[in-house]
Amino acid sequence: MEAEAAKLIGAGLAVLPLAGVGIGLGILFGNFLSGAFRNPSAKAGLTSDFYIAFALTEATGLFGLVVSLLILFVF
Amino acid sequence: MAGALIDGLAQLLRNTPLMNPARAEGPLEHFEIVRLIPLPVNAHGPIDLSITNSTLWMFIGIGTAILFFTLATRRLQLVPGGMQSMGEMVYEFISKMLRDAVGEEGRAFFPYIFTLFVFIFMSNFLGLLPTIPGTPHGWHVFTPTSHIIVTITLAMLSILIVLIVGFVKNGLGFLKLFVPSGVPWWLMPLITPIEIISFLSRPISLSVRLFANMLAGHMVLKVFAGFVTGLIAAGGALTALAIVPLFGMVGIFILEFLVAFLQAFVFAVLSCVYLNDALHPSH
Repeated sequence: MEAEAAKLIGAGLAVLPLAGVGIGLGILFGNFLSGAFRNPSAKAGLTSDFYIAFALTEATGLFGLVVSLLILFVF
Repeated sequence: MAGALIDGLAQLLRNTPLMNPARAEGPLEHFEIVRLIPLPVNAHGPIDLSITNSTLWMFIGIGTAILFFTLATRRLQLVPGGMQSMGEMVYEFISKMLRDAVGEEGRAFFPYIFTLFVFIFMSNFLGLLPTIPGTPHGWHVFTPTSHIIVTITLAMLSILIVLIVGFVKNGLGFLKLFVPSGVPWWLMPLITPIEIISFLSRPISLSVRLFANMLAGHMVLKVFAGFVTGLIAAGGALTALAIVPLFGMVGIFILEFLVAFLQAFVFAVLSCVYLNDALHPSH
């Protein structure tokens, strides 16, 4: 295989963490909503933790994106 | 009739400077750092002190923050007016976050955490302004936090403060951070390396999180903008389709406002959490 083709395939594989981020965000939103529906009065206290968790989860996928960009543009 | 209307509109759009193809070359063009005022101090050596567009936008961010807080604290009243209550809201927000994460001893670090939050927020937020078409090269709207050198400097500053405070306050007791209490002794050979690696990777994850969010957000916006310009330039029925990525772009833009705030907040929160480790190392 040519090195260029392998590089492109590798860059594509490096963004696979997005699958995990999708699952993680689904769990996060689902659990937040079920918590908020079960106990609506607790929702206000949960919101800020929820946003922090959202940002931390989302960042995981972006690490993959950075690796992909490194493969594409640095090597 | 409708086709002629769309064609006419598309013709109008094609002639505006917005559609200038030089501005839609690739998704990475607007991250370019340009020396605006080249300073003669060793310009091509290892230390380059030139004023670049990154520096300019940091100045603009700091200037906006200073202007905002000057206006907010200009005429202090017991019952705050509009500007003052906005300023107080920001202050209360960070102060509450610091109190929750670190406790009362954290008060000493309030100025640092507050400055960190305001600086990152302003950099993220002002970077979302649209560039006026036709601005000269290098004067476009720029996000300083979309470069890892900026974010890793901020992250290293945070970690350095954590290390210094940790060792000054606890002496060698700070090393208890790597030996969590309540873990059976035979697990220690496993837990201690993991704790050390997790501590060492903190500045990396802290900086890459912020930088990657900014980079990815701007790239996605640029890619969607490319869809819009491409579809308009394609002409015919495809021009009408350009409305779909346009609305997608509006949605992503709203998400980016949220992300700009959240990432500044997360950076500040994690700095607080790490400070808490430094002040109370034995879990």
